[in-house]
Amino acid sequence: MNIRRTRAVAHKEFLHIVRDPRSLVMALAVPLVMLLLFGYALTLDVDQIPTLVYDQDKTPESRELIAQFQGSRFFRILDAVEDYGTIERRIDRDECLLAVVVPRGYARELLAGREARVQLIFDGSDSNTASIAQGYTDSVIQRYTANMRARALDRKGGTKLNPPVDPRLRVLYNSELKSRNYIVPGLISVILAIIASLITSLTIAREWETGTMEQLLSTPLRPSELVLGKMLAFFALGFVDMVVSILVGTLVFRVPLRGNLLLLVGTTCLFLFGALCWGILISAIARSQLLAYQLGMLSSFLPAFLLSGFVYSIENMPVVIRVISHVVPARYFVTSLKGVFLKGVGLGVLWTEIVFLFAYGAIVFLIATRKVRQKVA
Amino acid sequence: MNGAAVEVRDLVKRFGDFVAVDHVSLTVGRGEIFGFLGPNGAGKSTTIRILCGLLAPTEGSASVGGYDVATQPEAIKRSIGYMSQKFSLYDDLKVEENIDFFAGVYGVAEETLAARREYVLRMASLEDRRQTMTHLLAGGWKQRLALGCAILHEPPILFLDEPTSGVDPIARRNFWDLIYQLSETGHTIFVSTHYMDEAEYCHRVALMYRGRIIALGSPAELKHSLDSHHLMELDSSDPLESMKALEKMEGALDVAVFGGGLHVTVDDSEAAAPRIRKALAERGIEIRRLARIAPSMEDVFVAMIEQEERRAA
Repeated sequence: MNIRRTRAVAHKEFLHIVRDPRSLVMALAVPLVMLLLFGYALTLDVDQIPTLVYDQDKTPESRELIAQFQGSRFFRILDAVEDYGTIERRIDRDECLLAVVVPRGYARELLAGREARVQLIFDGSDSNTASIAQGYTDSVIQRYTANMRARALDRKGGTKLNPPVDPRLRVLYNSELKSRNYIVPGLISVILAIIASLITSLTIAREWETGTMEQLLSTPLRPSELVLGKMLAFFALGFVDMVVSILVGTLVFRVPLRGNLLLLVGTTCLFLFGALCWGILISAIARSQLLAYQLGMLSSFLPAFLLSGFVYSIENMPVVIRVISHVVPARYFVTSLKGVFLKGVGLGVLWTEIVFLFAYGAIVFLIATRKVRQKVA
Repeated sequence: MNGAAVEVRDLVKRFGDFVAVDHVSLTVGRGEIFGFLGPNGAGKSTTIRILCGLLAPTEGSASVGGYDVATQPEAIKRSIGYMSQKFSLYDDLKVEENIDFFAGVYGVAEETLAARREYVLRMASLEDRRQTMTHLLAGGWKQRLALGCAILHEPPILFLDEPTSGVDPIARRNFWDLIYQLSETGHTIFVSTHYMDEAEYCHRVALMYRGRIIALGSPAELKHSLDSHHLMELDSSDPLESMKALEKMEGALDVAVFGGGLHVTVDDSEAAAPRIRKALAERGIEIRRLARIAPSMEDVFVAMIEQEERRAA
């Protein structure tokens, strides 16, 4: 490895980057746009569920039950309706997600201490939101029913009943259960994967297309020096994107950074190195800029998005996909990002992820170097 | 380093069924300007790429600067400069930045960099354009810059693959002046071209055709090798009719339109002249001029390629 030659490549590559303002703007704007878009738009939190109520009972008890819904931040009562037809129509028009129907005789059954049923109608076309809404609804109804039973027994003058068990959950690490807190750290891996492929995919393919690759191969420049030199220039750009992502995440979205900043930067650099090597490898294989661009995007964006556990939980995937996800570097990176950001864990917990990221980077670097070494066709 | 600058023995390169280089052997002496001629697709570039260590040969051996292409490509890369037909420069870099980059990858020492940079800028007459973006340079400038970038590390051997394609005649002429200068300072120059007139500038030339070398020697030697063929220039009142008449004439080997007249290749000009006069007189064509002329390199190559075609057929 010759430092003079490697530095010459890095400097030349750096000039390419600053001379191409469009790519430069893209490399800096893409992370910002993605952060803002995903940070604000990709929220899995469910609150203010648009709800209709249909009170057939019209008793103080049924009105009190409905008041419970009105008081919760999870529901927004749109209207009280008087027939099923309206409910169906408004669900069809996506105006509401939920209808609470209190049947005739609800109060009677409730006061008699018998099972008092309430009908819930959900829009199941968004199953995720529906099931979360169901959870909230159940808890509202159960709490109210239990309170009423206790009151009824109390009035009968019987033995004073102990209040029902009121479990208090304590959520570790993301106590407000804000989806943004786990989306934003994971998003850093998606952003860096995209950026890495965006800035590297054209680099070797372009040299082949313009004939400069042939020229370079006729010089004493070694493939490892070429790959490393290019890497240095791209790394600088990727590093800026990393800083932007971390700053926007912590300052704009207020994602807590509980762990060590150095550990965060270190793991990010490891991931970036591997992702850049991957882009260079793709570029060396494709030899055409268009093909390299498409291959690079597909092979970096999709795994980072779908198989990393960034949003979609890997545990719920079929076995085959779970196995495949083990060779996706983004998976290890997302684990360490969430670990460092939300749990504040250190090297003791994350060393396996770090070893994998390091090994991945080293292996891809070697393969990329071999591919570049290949002779002209 | 002793011996020849380039030594090629029975070199073969196949791409699948296609034989691009077919048992080529040649030797280039030190300080020589060696011309590699032939039509497009004859295998010139492939041979040069093998000699530069860019392609592995299928069979045969070759050494450059005393190093073997198969086993010592790294040593070869340090002692050659290579200029491909595309003038492989970086368009979005300035003239000086291109020079500095190639100086870097050739490992030119920092202390000598400034002197080498000035030498190249002066040689290519680019002193006033050092800050110009390379894509703004006209073809001739680009060509000289590419040559300059290939000699930054003072390589003893230069491979120039069709360096004059796509540049204007004046730039071509200037470029050959540069090649002479380099040759005088002891560089060996291996240059390919499909411009036959450029063969005249070379010390020795090889004519490559369909992967094989069909002629090799100095321009004068090659012209003499045509002594069994005499070339006659004919200026007549009706060149096309003359051509028809002479193609069937006994002793005429070839008739070709050349400018406003014809070039007639015959086995013996003394014997052919009266026959030509007679054949044309019969058709009422007036002869303005008929004389034996010295063949140009182009004539030599056309004749040799036709000879080769006839032999193959």
